[in-house]
Amino acid sequence: MLYHNASHGFIDGVVRGYLNQLLTSANYQNLTQCQSIDDMKLQLGPTYGDFLSSLPPGPTTSALQERITEKFIQNFMYLKANSNGTLRKFLEYITYGYMIDNIALLITGTLHDRDIKELMDRTHPLGKFEAMPVLSIATNVEELYNSVLIETPLAPYFKGSLSHQDLDTLNIEIVKETLYKNYLEDFYQWINSNSETAGTASAEDVSGFLQFEADRRAINITLNSFDTELTKPQRTKLYASIGKLYPDGTTLLSRADDVDGVVLACQGVPAYQAALESAGMGGGPLGGLGNQAGGMGGGIRNLDELLYQREMEISKLAFTQEFSLAIFYAWVKLQEQEVRNVVWIAECISQNQRERINNFISVLE
Amino acid sequence: MSNVGREAIFPTRQSLAVMKSKLKGAETGHSLLKRKSEALTKRFREITRKLKQAKLKMGQVLQVAAFAFAEVNFQMGGDIAYQIQESAKNSRVQLKTRLENVSGVFLPAFDLGTVEGKDDFALTGLGRGGQKVKQTRETYTRATEVLVELASLQTAFVLLDEVIKTVNRRVNAIEHVIIPRTENTIKYINSELDELDREEFYRLKKVANKKAQDIAAEDAVRRERKLVEGELNDEQDTGPADMLKTDDDDDVIF
Repeated sequence: MLYHNASHGFIDGVVRGYLNQLLTSANYQNLTQCQSIDDMKLQLGPTYGDFLSSLPPGPTTSALQERITEKFIQNFMYLKANSNGTLRKFLEYITYGYMIDNIALLITGTLHDRDIKELMDRTHPLGKFEAMPVLSIATNVEELYNSVLIETPLAPYFKGSLSHQDLDTLNIEIVKETLYKNYLEDFYQWINSNSETAGTASAEDVSGFLQFEADRRAINITLNSFDTELTKPQRTKLYASIGKLYPDGTTLLSRADDVDGVVLACQGVPAYQAALESAGMGGGPLGGLGNQAGGMGGGIRNLDELLYQREMEISKLAFTQEFSLAIFYAWVKLQEQEVRNVVWIAECISQNQRERINNFISVLE
Repeated sequence: MSNVGREAIFPTRQSLAVMKSKLKGAETGHSLLKRKSEALTKRFREITRKLKQAKLKMGQVLQVAAFAFAEVNFQMGGDIAYQIQESAKNSRVQLKTRLENVSGVFLPAFDLGTVEGKDDFALTGLGRGGQKVKQTRETYTRATEVLVELASLQTAFVLLDEVIKTVNRRVNAIEHVIIPRTENTIKYINSELDELDREEFYRLKKVANKKAQDIAAEDAVRRERKLVEGELNDEQDTGPADMLKTDDDDDVIF
């Protein structure tokens, strides 16, 4: 922590600058008043001007999304290029999450003999890794596993929990969640044991994020696995051993058969319980509908949205901390949400469904 | 009516009978086809009305569905279309066709059959957004239902349209061509037959006249011959007075 500013001070400053560039509630308010995507382009001008200027008139939402994501990627790459040491490693860790998504995509593609080039276009740019183009040489799953995946930074996450047969037989979503679980645990382990970050505010904040992510996944996996082929023992394996729900909550979750079981499991953590209740689950009073901060009179929010909301608030709070690596993580999350928000508003405008336009999640004033 | 002509047929009593039965058949066929056309038109109107409703509904439902998909993207933060495409192995929704008989016209009707059983992408969005994916799938299932209904109606619409056109053409053909032509033919045959009758009568009359003339002539000839014969006899009997010959000349007694 002592040398934080000396080694990462510049980048720290840059990312705080990025934070100020993010759209605020007032910006969103203006965006929701737009009549067309062209209007939105104009409103987004100050932030995304350079990236949007090449868009033809009347662009599609996907084109808009592409450009906005491009800016996000460019900023992130700038951070990564200017970072060193622990911070660089930390930023790499952040990209692993996206890599998992990409790997899942590539495995699916390979299983179905798709053209790898077509798949490359669909991968998330943040999750690109050096060995990715080489994946095209793998023609079957075993080859993919033995020669390609081993070379990726994700190899440790495969080792021990997934064999190449698993890739073939297990549902890709289960593979993905297994990887994600291993990733979260590894990240958590790293941030808390690294000599530079252990015991500092960085470790504390980042752990908070990771725990939240782990809990969110645990809750979602449980809720989404009802009435599916995912068995309870399989499900239990997907819960990360970090997070506020671990170990009591996850044990209860692994036994849950319905929504009530999930609510029961989350009772130990008031924040999740409140989220579940306001999402209309667990028979709690249906209060708190739409009056969440930033909701601005939207309809009933579902659990996913409420948890995003919570994530955004944690992210915002992270910026109050000095000398912390967590702000990078927080910025990535905030920026990601911003992309989603803008796309949402653009969709609402282009599909003429304005009544839900205020469902975006904004925490910045 | 006058330009429909008549059939090339010899005006005989036999063909008159054929024509008459043809006319009768045409009239029965006409009324039957007319009724069919009316039934089809009724059905057609009904379908048109339903079609309009279905089209409006489709617009709404598809809008909702597209929006639900946008919501999924908002929550998942990425394009899931590809994943779903790849993980779908068996079709859950199947189209069943059956034939519906509307006054002799077979209209294909489509029904939506859902195959119960395992979901191929039940686990999509396991980590996040799974609920939304499920909802969206339901929305799209409804949208598919509407689309299938629409397809059913649209096919029926096109088919019926064609059939109604054909039937109406037939009705009109019978009404305006076949019946008048048959009638014309009958009229023609009748007139021809009348003409024949008249000819026959005239001929008979002529024959009778001729016969009468012939008889008269014969009579005249005979009479003449008789006359000549008589004269001859007269000449023999009462030839020029033979002065010399005086035979039993009655005495003239005054």
